[in-house]
Amino acid sequence: MSALLEIDRVTMRFGGLCAISDCRLSVSAGVAHGIIGPNGAGKTTLFNLITGIYRPTEGRIRFKGHDITGWRPARIALDGIGRTFQNIRLFKALTVLDNVRIAYDTQLHYHPLEALARVGRYGRGEEESIARGLGLLEHFGLAEFATLRACELPYGLQRRLEIARALAVQPSLLLLDEPAAGMNTAETAALTTFLRDIRAHFQVTMILIEHHMHLVMNLCDKITVLDFGRTLAEGTPAEVRADPRVIEAYLGDGEA
Amino acid sequence: MESVRRFCVRVAECRWILPLLLVIGMGFCVAAESGGLLNSYTRFVLITMGVNIILCASLNLVNGYLGEFSVGHAGFMALGAYAAAMMTTRLFPQMPALFLPAIFFGGLVAAVIGFLLALLSFKTRGDYLALITLAFLMIVKSALENIPWVGGPRGLAGIPTLSSLPITFGAAIVTLWVIRNLVFSKFGRAVVAIREDEIAANSMGVRTREAKILAFSVSSFFGGVAGALLAHQITFINPGSFDILKSTEILVMVYLGGIGSLAGSVLGAVIFTLLSEVLRDFGTWRMVILPLILVLLMLFRPRGIMGLRELPWFLPRRELTSRRKKP
Repeated sequence: MSALLEIDRVTMRFGGLCAISDCRLSVSAGVAHGIIGPNGAGKTTLFNLITGIYRPTEGRIRFKGHDITGWRPARIALDGIGRTFQNIRLFKALTVLDNVRIAYDTQLHYHPLEALARVGRYGRGEEESIARGLGLLEHFGLAEFATLRACELPYGLQRRLEIARALAVQPSLLLLDEPAAGMNTAETAALTTFLRDIRAHFQVTMILIEHHMHLVMNLCDKITVLDFGRTLAEGTPAEVRADPRVIEAYLGDGEA
Repeated sequence: MESVRRFCVRVAECRWILPLLLVIGMGFCVAAESGGLLNSYTRFVLITMGVNIILCASLNLVNGYLGEFSVGHAGFMALGAYAAAMMTTRLFPQMPALFLPAIFFGGLVAAVIGFLLALLSFKTRGDYLALITLAFLMIVKSALENIPWVGGPRGLAGIPTLSSLPITFGAAIVTLWVIRNLVFSKFGRAVVAIREDEIAANSMGVRTREAKILAFSVSSFFGGVAGALLAHQITFINPGSFDILKSTEILVMVYLGGIGSLAGSVLGAVIFTLLSEVLRDFGTWRMVILPLILVLLMLFRPRGIMGLRELPWFLPRRELTSRRKKP
């Protein structure tokens, strides 16, 4: 079968700096795909390319078989790609519920005039986005915090809310940018279980960037190693772990 | 203290108080207008207050909810004021029945220009957008000064006194009603999401361009409505009265009352109107005391009195139940 996401010879240059160079990546539906690599390897740039925040200098990106290169970020999100950010980007002053509602809102279809007069599809749409938002928060154990502002949540829950918000987009592909950043070993282990549960429950394909090798090796079916914007190696966790180039470039310092 | 607090919460959550207040207010306005209950000074101040509420709430849509910094609101006022005044003085003179369409026309002209301005500048943010709105304000002012047909720099005189208490009160209610319905819909939440984090909003599927254009158009529409009312209150307008100082006054109201809050907009406009009347007796000191209050406010309450909070009266019932803390 064809891949869910296909990155075809993508290059991204910022002035003289080549952040991503001739990158190829193919992610099949249903897998969890890890992207690892030293800082500055171009991992987050790759996410920004997939989600349309940057437009690639060269190359094409295909999602579900169609070309999404150059689409606006909102269109790509609605097409089914949700993401989280390396440094949490929640809507801080809004309530926890509103954070996920904003993602559900984009799937509602009512006209501004219907909202102004509070008639037509407006009422049902609003009910729906509240109900769906609360349901999602329930699943994530965040329902009791629904009325708090997002910035009032402790760090771990903010991370969790960000994942919930990304899932509210109803993605078939979920991009997680360092979900375990700032977590200790026990928290990371809990996150691994959590992500596994999400994957099963929401039937979502995952690409995750992570520095915690334990999480990546445990969760991912396939791993791509990036270095200086190039694909250094690709394969199953076992293959990648055994690859001498990877050990030299990244794992060599006893990380594994 | 605790019982007072609890009482306030109870009152704030009573759904029937606000409609009752509005009916009483409207009744009072009609009675005062036909019965001549108020002296002309009090009446003038009350109408100014209504106009200021419209200005403050509409600018709050851009500066508070959307989180941009527009200094061009006086420009939209000018467009609305001139458009409506042209209708009542030149096109259809001696026809007070056409005042409401004239107000609407003023708003529409301002909204169309606001729409175009948003269309041109949607990619700019922050300081750059502020500069564009400043440039817009200057363009409007010098354009009006150079069109002899509308009076040029001497202005437009002989505008009929049509801004009555009931009409101003009604216009203020309509403004708050529209902005409230917009804010508590998916469009309003999209606008607020842009303020909080544009990139995240984009990645959630929020069409940021549409949301910004909508906020700008609605904001400028009501800026124009306020201008139309002002023109028919003071009966004389000239380009000089819609300068950066006028914009600054509206900004002070917004940041005094509180950004991203309708209750704050009303509060800011009422306090500002009353304060500038009270301080009128102090002459030059007025321009010392008013900025001083603003400085203190920025130091101790930078988001304004009601910043990012809303009085439950203004919330739709649905939002209220989903926001209330679980027992």
